[in-house]
Amino acid sequence: MNHLIILPIIWPLLVALLTLLPPFDRSLLLRRYLSVGGSIVLLLVSIVLLIQSTNNTAQLYQLGNWAAPFGISLLLDQVSSLMLCLTAVLAVASSLYASSGEDEGGFFFHSLLHFQLMGINGAFLTADLFNLFVFFEVLLIASYSLLIHGGGKAKTKAAVHYVVLNLVGSALFLFALALIYGASGTLNMLDLSAKVVTLSDTQLQLLQAAVALLLVVFGLKAAVMPLHFWLGSAYSSVTPAVAALFTVMTKVGIYSLLRVFAMVLQDAGFVASWVFPVLWWAGLLTIVMGVLGVLASEDLRKMASYLVVVSVGSLVAILSLGTPESVQALLYYLVHSTLATAALFLLADLIAHQRGKAGDRLVNGRKIAQPVLLGSAFIVVALSIVGMPPFSGFIGKLLLLQAVPQGNAMLWYWSALLGSSLLLLIALSRAGSILFWQVAGTDTEARLAGGRRGTALLLLVLASPLLSLFAGPLTDWCQAAAAQLQAIAHLTPGAF
Amino acid sequence: MELLVAIIIGVLTCCAVFLILRARTFAVMLGLTMLSYAVNLFIFSSGGLKIGAGAVLKATEEYADPLPQALVLTAIVIGFAMTAFLVVLSIRARADLGNDHVDGKLPVAKNTRQGASS
Repeated sequence: MNHLIILPIIWPLLVALLTLLPPFDRSLLLRRYLSVGGSIVLLLVSIVLLIQSTNNTAQLYQLGNWAAPFGISLLLDQVSSLMLCLTAVLAVASSLYASSGEDEGGFFFHSLLHFQLMGINGAFLTADLFNLFVFFEVLLIASYSLLIHGGGKAKTKAAVHYVVLNLVGSALFLFALALIYGASGTLNMLDLSAKVVTLSDTQLQLLQAAVALLLVVFGLKAAVMPLHFWLGSAYSSVTPAVAALFTVMTKVGIYSLLRVFAMVLQDAGFVASWVFPVLWWAGLLTIVMGVLGVLASEDLRKMASYLVVVSVGSLVAILSLGTPESVQALLYYLVHSTLATAALFLLADLIAHQRGKAGDRLVNGRKIAQPVLLGSAFIVVALSIVGMPPFSGFIGKLLLLQAVPQGNAMLWYWSALLGSSLLLLIALSRAGSILFWQVAGTDTEARLAGGRRGTALLLLVLASPLLSLFAGPLTDWCQAAAAQLQAIAHLTPGAF
Repeated sequence: MELLVAIIIGVLTCCAVFLILRARTFAVMLGLTMLSYAVNLFIFSSGGLKIGAGAVLKATEEYADPLPQALVLTAIVIGFAMTAFLVVLSIRARADLGNDHVDGKLPVAKNTRQGASS
């Protein structure tokens, strides 16, 4: 058995615990080195796993060497290793950015950051539904504390909503798990996908009730249309490094939808008959609501939050097509949109600190002290989000559009995606011209983007041209990952 | 017995939903606690309800499904920790925002009596 698979879960746990022990508890500087170093090691481990998953077939890791349906298994395939890499890149950027001063707001920042990484990585790796719940809770409890890091009224207010909603979501998740266990007698994903075709009609009805609850739970995590109202205030009130990391949290919801509906339950008839249509319309409406939010935003951070909603809508709608092409497009667009919105959150903070009292609100303000650096970063990120060539958004949206079959689906999705792109272009160019060109007042001392902040920003901004430059091999890779995802479900745990 | 357990879970869930929809953090907290009781009972019964079945293998001929018991134990622990966190957060919100409304501000009352009782 390949023990490297469990390292993305164990390593952040170790780093988080080390930050609490001497000598790290005495010195913020040492904690920063440990945190950034730990994230870089995590990135290297994830890259090794990514290479392994490309060369080999999918690997199953049995915790404690207990046999498959009884013990908990971790599953490493191309999709999960891609998500691990994405999380690790965000972790490096986030810990580096936070090390320039944001982590002074509370003692436990770096510990919480790594506990959160442990939860996210666990949720991506697990092949057991109850274990998925446990890792959801690990990442949530860390995110509750990270959300109010630094304190302040806005954060407390957003945190109350966020915590209550997620606690209700957790309860519904448990109801769903108990129903699944009652109906099928298993919670192991591979076992469930083998058993789902043998269930009787009564059992299938129970399973459908469970699936309806799961839709609500994952929809809440991913911020899909009727359940997206918490996102705007939560993401726009948190500190920037946390917001950058949080962009992957909605993707945990999308990943879970993908795992459960595109892989585990792909042979169940009811998924195509009502689950996918629900996701399709919810996704399209999410795009509309997200775009309205972007247009109505008064500041750049709020705009970035609603851009997250728009990308969630595009991803959920494409997921509901359930074809290998749609999964391929989803994977590429997911990586692109996560990195681009994370970059925008960091950029919004940098801009806010150079415009005096105006902050990142879209009103006239002082001249930005580093117009070339921040301006070019904004151009790249904005064009990438809108989907203009030569950046990754263009290729991502092209893949999404190509994945939609001809007919009514094309009519709805093409008009939603292209219409939203046009409105985002208007909103972002308006924001950019106000922030960079409508200047008044005298120059004063501004907080410059120094080494750490600048590096973190560049890491995320440069991802877009890189994704675009290597689009050929990447899309081929995503295609293989999509094929693998659908093939795995037909293997029994013994086949690994 | 199934009917009795089902009714208990249903009543608990109803009360929980009612309380969660109240606008004050304390009521919401009680509601979430009740919801977690309902969930725990529900998970416990998902393995089938049996009387006189052993909890340990080989102790008796017939034994209860051990997996829901393990699941419910995990769920209790997690639910307890989350409730504790919510209690602390509610106290913090009361201090930061000056009231215990979940939106952080009291709704504008049409007249004073309604405002006092809502």
